[in-house]
Amino acid sequence: MKRAYDLAIIGAGPAGISAALAAAASGARIALLDDNPVAGGQIWRDGPQVRLPALARRLRAELAAQANVDCFAATRVVALAGPRGLLLEDEQRGWRLDYARLILCTGARELLLPFPGWTLPGVSGAGGLQALLHGGLPVHGERVVIAGSGPLLLACAASARRHGARVQRIAEQAAWSTLARFAAGLPRWPGKLWQSLRLLDPAYRGASHVIAALGRERLEGVRLRQGGQIVELECERLACGFGLVANTEIAQALGCALRDDAIAVNDWQATACDGIYAAGECTGCGGSELALLEGSIAGYAAVDEHARAQALWPQRQRWQRFAEALRTSFALDPALRHLAAADTLVCRCEDVPYAALAGHAGWHAAKLASRCGMGACQGRVCGAAARTLFGWSRPAPRPPFTPARIATLLELDDEQEPPCAP
Amino acid sequence: MPELYIDGQRISVAAGTSVAAALALAGDGCSRSALNGTRRAPLCGMGVCQECRVSIDGQRRLACQTPCRDGMRVETRR
Repeated sequence: MKRAYDLAIIGAGPAGISAALAAAASGARIALLDDNPVAGGQIWRDGPQVRLPALARRLRAELAAQANVDCFAATRVVALAGPRGLLLEDEQRGWRLDYARLILCTGARELLLPFPGWTLPGVSGAGGLQALLHGGLPVHGERVVIAGSGPLLLACAASARRHGARVQRIAEQAAWSTLARFAAGLPRWPGKLWQSLRLLDPAYRGASHVIAALGRERLEGVRLRQGGQIVELECERLACGFGLVANTEIAQALGCALRDDAIAVNDWQATACDGIYAAGECTGCGGSELALLEGSIAGYAAVDEHARAQALWPQRQRWQRFAEALRTSFALDPALRHLAAADTLVCRCEDVPYAALAGHAGWHAAKLASRCGMGACQGRVCGAAARTLFGWSRPAPRPPFTPARIATLLELDDEQEPPCAP
Repeated sequence: MPELYIDGQRISVAAGTSVAAALALAGDGCSRSALNGTRRAPLCGMGVCQECRVSIDGQRRLACQTPCRDGMRVETRR
């Protein structure tokens, strides 16, 4: 099967939805793709006990009302298919989509860093726990420790409490002085004042980070460094995330340039590749307010409505300053590079320990020698971790970008181009 | 309330529950065994890390991105 659209948008989080709505008025035929079962991205992830914010519900309703926008949920991009085509896979089939223009709204994933015990059941990402809670994960009465860095830790704590968990500690690695500066600046952005008040949470500690997850078959406790002290807390769950990593794999395969490990864009949200735009966290992390604005600008620009795009630049600039405050306030303590022990697995797919990676000249050499990054996640977790631990450049993606069925790959059969980058 | 089977055990869950959550509702929450034999559970919750891959009606699927449906047969990977 093959379909053609004027505009394809990859990712249906705030940026993707906003891009689709901005572009829809032009009458262009638009495809909005997402690998999750419903639109909303991570921040507006739906589930059995979730009450989405009014804005999310309104945007989803508007989206559903657009006759010229086709939404494809549970659909993954497997490979590029020709110069303006994508190979896709959903639950039933593999199929091809051709586009004239493309907007990448691929979002971000969590930076997950290895520490002793992090493979134990009961340990997840911080955004990871939040996502699992939205899906109905039961945590009622459980003791939960949240650790890592960034405002996501507070959001995770709030979700866990709402689901009946007892939050024992929120361990933020950033120093108190930096956090105080960040909190003092928050009232500059509408709606962010409450976030600074949440820093007063009695469980919250600055200058604190995880040292080890403890337990035999599953998590039983956590060892933390809290300022100058080492403390141990018993718990059933540890949610640990060290900030966000932009999802740039598809952009890299398309040949788009990166800047600071995110997709580089100009004022129009245009990438270095003709006809390809990017918006939201994949261009640098700044929260949903910025993502919505960037999405609108990209959507308007992609259908040549430049005046409407340009009208949003001042608002975007305001939220870009918030993004910058986030980035500087939650910069990672170099001590976090040394959490893993020699036998701590860094690559969880291929069970490759830290000792097998340390000492190599770069990612490629380490991969050839150890199989790190050659498993199911294709280095999305360990490649980002190795970038932080060793400063190695992040692995270039190779198709298929995600595990796929053979039948899907055969969709490329009638074409001359193999499923690889131009 | 969809009713499904997890490693042969019947469980009914609230509509919209993910298979990843159902693994924890039905048992120890684990999804697969690692190469070294230890058990693993969902990690990233958003379709990236692949730790939650399970077999659903004979197909490899990510538990965190799959909503439970009536009659599903989920097998964790030993």
